[in-house]
Amino acid sequence: MDEATAPKKIGGLFYRLDQFFKPVPLLGYLLGVLVCVLWEQMAGEQLSAFLGLPKMPVLFGLLTIFKVVAGVINLLIKGDAFNWATLVHVPTALVYLTVIYLIPISLVARASVKPANALARYLQGFPLIITALVQLGLMYAVLHIWADMSDYRLITLKLTLIAVLFTLSLNIINGYMGEFSCSHPGFMAIGAYMSSLFTVGLFTSDKVLGDAVFTFSAAYLSFPLALIFGGMMAALGALIVAIPSFKTRGDYLAIISLAFLFIVKSFFENMQVLGGSRGIAGQPDWATLPVIFITMAFGIWTINNFVTSTMGKALNAVRDDETAAEAMTVNTRKTKMVAFLFGAFWAGVAGGMLAHVLRYVNPAMFSVQKLAEVLAMVYFGGLNSVYGSIVGAVSISLLGEALRPLEILKWIVIPLLLILVMIYRPTGLIAFKEFDVRQVFGPKEVD
Amino acid sequence: MTFTFLMQNLINALQWGSFYALIAMGYSMVYSILMLFNFAHGDIFMVGAYIGLGVSLGLLSLFGTGAAAILPGWVLLVLTILISMFLTAFVGIIVERVGYRPLREAPRASAAITGLMIGIMLETGNILFLGGQRFKFPQLHQFIAHTKWGMAMRAMAYDYVVVPLVGVPMNTIAAMTFAIGSALAAAAGILFGLAYPVLDPYMGVSFGWKAFVAAILGGRGSIMGACLAGFMLGFIEIMTVPAIQIMNRLFSLNIGSNLRDLIAYSIVLVILVFRPHGLFGQAYSSKLRL
Repeated sequence: MDEATAPKKIGGLFYRLDQFFKPVPLLGYLLGVLVCVLWEQMAGEQLSAFLGLPKMPVLFGLLTIFKVVAGVINLLIKGDAFNWATLVHVPTALVYLTVIYLIPISLVARASVKPANALARYLQGFPLIITALVQLGLMYAVLHIWADMSDYRLITLKLTLIAVLFTLSLNIINGYMGEFSCSHPGFMAIGAYMSSLFTVGLFTSDKVLGDAVFTFSAAYLSFPLALIFGGMMAALGALIVAIPSFKTRGDYLAIISLAFLFIVKSFFENMQVLGGSRGIAGQPDWATLPVIFITMAFGIWTINNFVTSTMGKALNAVRDDETAAEAMTVNTRKTKMVAFLFGAFWAGVAGGMLAHVLRYVNPAMFSVQKLAEVLAMVYFGGLNSVYGSIVGAVSISLLGEALRPLEILKWIVIPLLLILVMIYRPTGLIAFKEFDVRQVFGPKEVD
Repeated sequence: MTFTFLMQNLINALQWGSFYALIAMGYSMVYSILMLFNFAHGDIFMVGAYIGLGVSLGLLSLFGTGAAAILPGWVLLVLTILISMFLTAFVGIIVERVGYRPLREAPRASAAITGLMIGIMLETGNILFLGGQRFKFPQLHQFIAHTKWGMAMRAMAYDYVVVPLVGVPMNTIAAMTFAIGSALAAAAGILFGLAYPVLDPYMGVSFGWKAFVAAILGGRGSIMGACLAGFMLGFIEIMTVPAIQIMNRLFSLNIGSNLRDLIAYSIVLVILVFRPHGLFGQAYSSKLRL
């Protein structure tokens, strides 16, 4: 095709950027991010000192920028004193972001297109699990180095990864099966309490739950058991919502699940054995970053396999038309039961990890606010999509952290953003997109 | 266990139930027209209570208090309720215009999310800027059943695609529904403020969700059902405490009386398991818009 006949590609900056980065596989980005976190570890302190920033920006410089914004807003509204010298932090934080993150990532990712694609193609010859493990290992290395630089990053990252798993587990029921379930914080509460019961009750001495039953040094190896126990108990609790769902749908089921949430919360508030409304504290510090990362990756893998299986397709059939699905030999009862128990299991596991990250758990954590938060993550990211849940959970968590300096105004900005997303993209940012693991980890074919 | 103790609890239950009933009727009205639940309704109740507070303070300073009062107290109360209902109705109209009208064709769950978010914004706005007896509304049922506007509303509930085609102004009706629902919430807010004179920005959250439970328990879109279920929920919540006390005394047990929510919602759950369409709701055969 010569120059004259070729259709003229007209596009703005975003189109060109898209074209520029199109041939980069995930492996290339991972290499780029690895380089930039190493670069930050090496030169971050010096660069921020050189730029005159108060300390090394912990969250891509966003916190620094919004701190200045909050200062200006306070000046305008309340007339608080504002140090005009801090205004210079906005451009310097942007410079930091560009020099430390944007330039290395784009340079390395773009420059390593050929070797990264070749490596990805080479890895493709092995079983999928090898490919996945190599790239997940690389991803973990990146996150580990990034989070190693401050405690704030570590806790934010842990909570974000837990939120991803929790959002995804709700997406099974609300997105794939199309019910409006409000009970998810309840499942999370059961998981959190039961896994705490397991670890605190058996392995540590505690005022509420008594002395340790076992004392041996490798007790942390039992943490997966604690998580599974919590998840199983949450699934057992989900029976209370799953069984009525055979006869009830839509708003009535939403109320049953909401009633379930209130019941669970009230139950734990009144169980003096479990600490009542004060809750349980002193969980052992076993929810480390690798544990959470592995659990999340395993959860995403299992859930993705589940929703792409025949059973997962049956979920969509039940959502679109239950009667027709029944007529096409879909066992709707079994489908609903499995979806509820499966979603609740992973919510319970997420709850167990949350309890061990925060190292305390009380009923007030699992209120209607938690429900609004997770619903926002699911519907912001996109229904019926693993990508969507990851994007939704990560972006809402990071947004919440980045806007923290705005204090109360944060709760105006985030809802406003969500309303706009709902108006312009009613099903969420990335809805109804299948998560193809082979495609994600594979090379990018370019002509 | 005296008679007066029981009577006092009964009166409390009626009062508590009337708040739920008033809010639940607002939920139910909006549902019966637009087929969606206005999750910001609980916070409109809160806004109504605050507007009521502002209006009553304004009226008191205008017309004087105590011996210097120009108008008798009940006139002030009626004026407060009317003015606040009118003002809160506008809040409802704005909520409909901003949060619901752009989403009329979108999935219902998306509208639920915008509702939740508007609720959060109302609470936050409140924090930013401000750092009873049984009350029946029989006229409302009359309105829905017997007037021309009421007929239009019911027609919209029946089919909101065709009805605008025969000349019923759909947006006006929707706005009006929100206005009336919000006015009811304002009335509930003022009565709540009279009975429990402490207002806080999050008072709408717990009340709103519980009234939402009542609205569905009564049967979606059934205003009578919502009213009855509201009173029922209030009755259950209040009466479990003396019931537990009586039980404890009779059988010398030691059950904590703060199991209120647990028992109330277990009852709700059991009712919905055996009557899956609520107390007065009709089983729907047609597929709902998701």
